Amino acid sequence: MLSLPNLASDFAAIWLTFKLATVVTLILLLIGTPIAWWLARTRSWWKGPVGAIVALPIVLPPTVLGFYLLLVMGPQGAVGQFTEWAGIGLLPFTFWGLVVASVFYSMPFVVQPIQNAFEAIGERPLEAAATLRASPLDAFFSVAVPLAKPGFITAAILGFAHTVGEFGVVLMIGGNIPEKTRVVSVLIYDHVEALEYTQAHWLAGGMLIFSFFVLLALYSLNPSGKRK
Amino acid sequence: MSIEARFRLDYPGFTLDVDLSLPATGVTALFGHSGSGKTTLLRAIAGLERVPGGRLVFDGAVWQDDATWLPTHRRPLGYVFQEASLFPHLSVRGNLDYGMKRTWRRPAGADFQTIVDLLGIGALLDRKPDRLSGGERQRVAIARALLTQPRLLLMDEPLAALDLARKEEILPYLEQLDEVLHIPMLYVSHAPDEVARLADHIVVLDGGRALAAGPLTETLARLDLPIRLGEDAGAVFAATVAERDAEWHLARVEFDGGELWVRDSGVAVGRRVRVRILARDVSIANSRHDDVSIMNLLPATVIAHAGEDHPSAVLVQLSVGATKLLARLTRRSAQRLDLAPGREVWVQIKAVALIG
Repeated sequence: MLSLPNLASDFAAIWLTFKLATVVTLILLLIGTPIAWWLARTRSWWKGPVGAIVALPIVLPPTVLGFYLLLVMGPQGAVGQFTEWAGIGLLPFTFWGLVVASVFYSMPFVVQPIQNAFEAIGERPLEAAATLRASPLDAFFSVAVPLAKPGFITAAILGFAHTVGEFGVVLMIGGNIPEKTRVVSVLIYDHVEALEYTQAHWLAGGMLIFSFFVLLALYSLNPSGKRK
Repeated sequence: MSIEARFRLDYPGFTLDVDLSLPATGVTALFGHSGSGKTTLLRAIAGLERVPGGRLVFDGAVWQDDATWLPTHRRPLGYVFQEASLFPHLSVRGNLDYGMKRTWRRPAGADFQTIVDLLGIGALLDRKPDRLSGGERQRVAIARALLTQPRLLLMDEPLAALDLARKEEILPYLEQLDEVLHIPMLYVSHAPDEVARLADHIVVLDGGRALAAGPLTETLARLDLPIRLGEDAGAVFAATVAERDAEWHLARVEFDGGELWVRDSGVAVGRRVRVRILARDVSIANSRHDDVSIMNLLPATVIAHAGEDHPSAVLVQLSVGATKLLARLTRRSAQRLDLAPGREVWVQIKAVALIG
């Protein structure tokens, strides 16, 4: 028997998840692009370590990342003391705490497609732009970014979808506060624990369909399979 | 007007060590085998390769020295790469506009039309680069470079990636560039026929060093040219079409020292042409022979001769009036004919190519 998910808390969680993923994706595109550009073009010794740090969330259990972020942003942590001094208060168990954690957690899924796209462009189009009077910044926006467009689309989709799908980090850093930090993945867990299988079905099925269409879009947009 | 370029680079397995003064007029070929450093030199002049301690002065303006570094985008040059390097996300028109709208002196509409017509790309303007043939792409790339109103055009083997037919398609456009626009050009090439056809001056590079530099006619006729051209050794000089013979479809061209009959290729009487005579097409006789099929027999004086790569061959330098020719003979023939310097002989020229 299926009934409609008419609980306001379900819609609040869906809205919160959407808002979180959107904010995180926008922030990641802003800070991930320069990181990807640097990683794609540097010959510095630091390329290896920085690349490894960016990629850490791919292999790290989300609880580990969440645990350290909780410590750093907590009252004893450096970031926590800074945010309190700045009058923002503590970040854990707030929406912006989730945003910060998700930015770290989804970073590799945004940086790597953009980095690969920049690397695939190579030096030549930028040299051609320079001989046509374009300054490096001008060439970045007028040549590198348009040519890397598929990488940006992939990055945005992956960053958004990965943030929607996170669970462990959210639980560690955000807890489970309705309308503040309770996102869909956590709510499904709650429903199952409370044996509310109908609600769990609606949300889980929704996530399944959402994820399928995200990946469908991804593979249809980059049919050559050069996603990563 | 001149280009002063001094660069020294030391990589493992590669050195560039040049100190050149190039004329900033006409077409100067940077000629050498691959790995000779000619592309690196061109890139250093463009500022695409940063050579610490180098010095580059173009027409009195310092582009690079110990205190100055003008980045590429602030140098008034145009650059044509070996592969056209058009921006794939822009149409042909978008590619042409890219440099044009970033140029301080924006070309007037007439200039745009002149250059589009000059390169014959008017019908391609709305296409994307991936819908163009290799030759068309290269013509768009040349037009794109010209529309920035460069004071110096740098070309890095613009024809090397093209097949013979596409080369023949583009060469006439390149020849016109110099005549119509009067932009000094540095032209990197490893192809002697391209150099013979286009260049006014030549710099011969080998192992990162400039081994010879000078006007094309004089330099190509040198016996001590440090780079062996082998089958491509020969003389290039200027001539004027004096007469066209309709019956035999031949044309008579006059040069400084005599005249030659060549196949009539439709060039109008009075036009300046460039003549290329390969050393392998020139034979020498001690007396005039009229009982041979060869049309072009000219009196000449032996200047010098030098050995060739193969021990059987010698290269003989001769003067026909003020013009120098090269002839390749066997060493045995040279000895039998006693070709000492100063000797008066007849040259028999089997083939003459009108180029450009």
